Amino acid sequence: MTEKFFGASIKRREDPRLITGKGNFVDDVRLPGTTHAAFVRSPHAHAKIRAIDTAAARKLKGVIAVYTGKDLSGVNPLPVGWLIPNMKIPARRVLATDRVRHMGEAVAVVIADSPYVARDAAELVEVDYEPLPVVADAAKAVEKGAVAVHDEAPDNVCFHWQLGDKAATDKAFAGAARVVKQSFRNHRLIPNAIEPRAALASANPGTGDVTLWLTTQNPHVNRLLMAAFVLGMPEHKLRVISPDVGGGFGSKIFVYPEEVVVTWASRALGKPVKWTAERRESFLTDAHGRDHYSDAEMALSADGRILGLRVKTIANMGAYLSLFAPAIPTYLYGTLLAGAYQTPAIHVEVRAVFTHTTPVDAYRGAGRPEACYLVERMVDLAARELGMDPVDLRRKNFIPKDKFPYQTPVAVQYDSGNYEAALDKALKAFDYKAFRKEQEEGRKKGRYLGVGFSTYVEACGLAPSQVAGALGAQAGLYESATVRVHPTGKITVFTGSHSHGQGHETTFAQVAADELQVPIEDVEIVHGDTGQVPFGMGSYGSRSGPVGTAAIYMGAQKIKEKAKKIAAHLLEASEADVVYEGGKFSVKGSPGRSKTFGDVALMAYLAHNMPKNLEPGLEAISFFDPGNFVFPFGTHICVVEVMRDTGQVKVVRYLAVDDLGKVINPMIVDGMVHGGVAQGVSQALWEHAEYDENGQLITGSFMNYAMPHADDLPRVEVDRTETPSPVNPLGIKGAGETGTIASTAAVANAVMDALSPLGIKHIDMPLTPGRIWEALRGR
Amino acid sequence: MSSITIQVNGVAETREVEPRMLLVHFLRDALGLTGTHVGCDTSQCGACTVLLDGRAVKSCSLFAVQVEGRSVTTIEGLAKEGKLHPLQQAFWDQHGLQCGFCTPGMILSACELLARNPSPSEGEIRAGLEGNYCRCTGYNNIVKAVQQAAAAR
Repeated sequence: MTEKFFGASIKRREDPRLITGKGNFVDDVRLPGTTHAAFVRSPHAHAKIRAIDTAAARKLKGVIAVYTGKDLSGVNPLPVGWLIPNMKIPARRVLATDRVRHMGEAVAVVIADSPYVARDAAELVEVDYEPLPVVADAAKAVEKGAVAVHDEAPDNVCFHWQLGDKAATDKAFAGAARVVKQSFRNHRLIPNAIEPRAALASANPGTGDVTLWLTTQNPHVNRLLMAAFVLGMPEHKLRVISPDVGGGFGSKIFVYPEEVVVTWASRALGKPVKWTAERRESFLTDAHGRDHYSDAEMALSADGRILGLRVKTIANMGAYLSLFAPAIPTYLYGTLLAGAYQTPAIHVEVRAVFTHTTPVDAYRGAGRPEACYLVERMVDLAARELGMDPVDLRRKNFIPKDKFPYQTPVAVQYDSGNYEAALDKALKAFDYKAFRKEQEEGRKKGRYLGVGFSTYVEACGLAPSQVAGALGAQAGLYESATVRVHPTGKITVFTGSHSHGQGHETTFAQVAADELQVPIEDVEIVHGDTGQVPFGMGSYGSRSGPVGTAAIYMGAQKIKEKAKKIAAHLLEASEADVVYEGGKFSVKGSPGRSKTFGDVALMAYLAHNMPKNLEPGLEAISFFDPGNFVFPFGTHICVVEVMRDTGQVKVVRYLAVDDLGKVINPMIVDGMVHGGVAQGVSQALWEHAEYDENGQLITGSFMNYAMPHADDLPRVEVDRTETPSPVNPLGIKGAGETGTIASTAAVANAVMDALSPLGIKHIDMPLTPGRIWEALRGR
Repeated sequence: MSSITIQVNGVAETREVEPRMLLVHFLRDALGLTGTHVGCDTSQCGACTVLLDGRAVKSCSLFAVQVEGRSVTTIEGLAKEGKLHPLQQAFWDQHGLQCGFCTPGMILSACELLARNPSPSEGEIRAGLEGNYCRCTGYNNIVKAVQQAAAAR
């Protein structure tokens, strides 16, 4: 047998270029004659544009053009990719023409021969604004008399959505021994991939072709939407390349105004046009995440069985609908409110509202962190109310391992699970009893230690296309892979998934090399180029593992089938008698009669001696459309110490036991968990995108938006259980988001556990020293 | 325009530059050394970190003209004769990078950290890297990489 790569911690093949400065990020791409774009952005959250004077900017030496929204009147508004019945879809123009609706909205663009000159000129563009009243907060936006963000939504409601059986839920509450209620603020975050968004468009005036280098997680989707819906140009004349991309976390999924404008400008000028966001622009214009207000009620029996859950949520959409915004607080949120528990009745209502803020869309986890935080906090509050241990209450309500596939009352069917196994493994590593003893002793000395659990379930591997379509998605959510075997037996795999840190060039090669029984060095993974990859839906929702690699697996099977036919012909044996082992086709019972994979590949291209009716060549394309989502789960345990006098929280220990199904590369998956946990911990304790009442983003830079440094975070202890998913041929569940989804609740639960002797049940995140100190005052 | 000469990775580079040109743009745009990245505009992220006469500096916070006559090492200049620097090797071995965008700056900051303190504790490593953001790794494996490089010295 060829060496088995699946399951091995193979060092990443992309690293040599990245550690030596030879990466190729969009801003690194150099084309002769490149011009540079700088955007003029609104300082106001809401204003009428009375006039724009570009004369002074145009006069500056080095300025090539200045465009306003009027110049781009032929460009359509940005599309919305997920429709909810009766929703309001206000037009979002790439450059605002009459009104601006959030701070940072672009109103004009300068193109100049250097980025410095472009910026100088942008400052010379005079915009005459008439400031208008502002509503930045989602709860205030739905109050009577609130200023309307859009005329077509006078009450600021974009849509009203609900899921679950309301009557059954009401009945569950009527029969409950206890009802626990809590309001939650799941505050707004800014994704902050370290590479700012960038776009470089190069139109070829001779052919009419445009190549767009873009920081995108899904180049084909971006091309389709830009070509067919926004710019009205032939799809095949636009090539989108997303080379090395420096992190995405959701924020690089969407079609943004800037890439449309530079593409349009490049066609207008016949020159390459480049734009790279400054970080202040990233803060103001990358789609934000979260931003919910929720009221939750949990109905319980006296002995701690969860009988029902009722949730009412206000979700802030921002000033316009970003591409997938409607899906986030609905199908990626409401459907996860069962968590790991056999809650028989759930009802959730969501009001999605417009405000004068940056649009909100998917940010790592996207809806699922909000659901997990709410459910796991409610479970802790219920345990406290009933005087039960939070572990016992969880265990009592877990969906047992013999009930999978499990149909929840909120539409989804969990694929597989063994929640107790993950919990037990985590508890064993943690030594829960010893901790409670230490906590008890600490409390006597005025030391406030706390432990928080998060026994999460999440959904990833987006998604069965038919289901997604029925729920409003304007796209299919399969993935494609083309496996091309070259005449020498070397292999190029073209995947529609996109890597922006996930390490696909390594893990996807592991899968392909195993399936085709070749050395991993013989496999090259190509991604992120619509000119090379036939089609793809890209990477988000932890779909590259469960959907993207499954397509490669299937493509490899097709290759083996055809190769076997050729081998049988060459070996003068019946196909049924030919086996493929160790990279060789041989005849059963006479191992001496064999052909290597390379022999067969060569013959496929020489075609001198092929079976009848078989075409030359050895290449296969596969589209994998999963039958269901996959549902990773696990137990995260966080230990904190809260300083009584200062309100500071120190994360003392963090354990994650995740079940991600089968794991291709444990080293890479561990890394995903580490990074995911960091982002979730950071939401619980530090990060917060805050607007003032005038709609000014007051956390608009790294100086005042609290991203964690190395010395803020704990070391994360990672372990796993393994429950394969039946949804895809490799048993993979997906790993990119679990850390973020699980950890926020674990940290918040730990802080509330630490503060429980002081009678504190809940403080809204982020749990900054200031907020905790406020809560502790007078206690 | 001013004519300046800077030693970059051991080579004297002379260019005519605008006085306001930042060192990072001199490296990226004038010399084509795009391994040094720009991740913010407030000198917090550290992606642009290079060594200036052996000291880690944020190249977005210096004008190129300020560095006239001095010596700059960028990520492109770390590997010698085709052999990775121990920190580059350690970042690879320990999976200390994911997207790789912060990595050049992180490695150069770690270079200076180890020059100052050849055997740092975990806490000293974490504190020593506080000028650099990473959004992917949670710093777990970055710390391990620096520990490996320290042990290899």
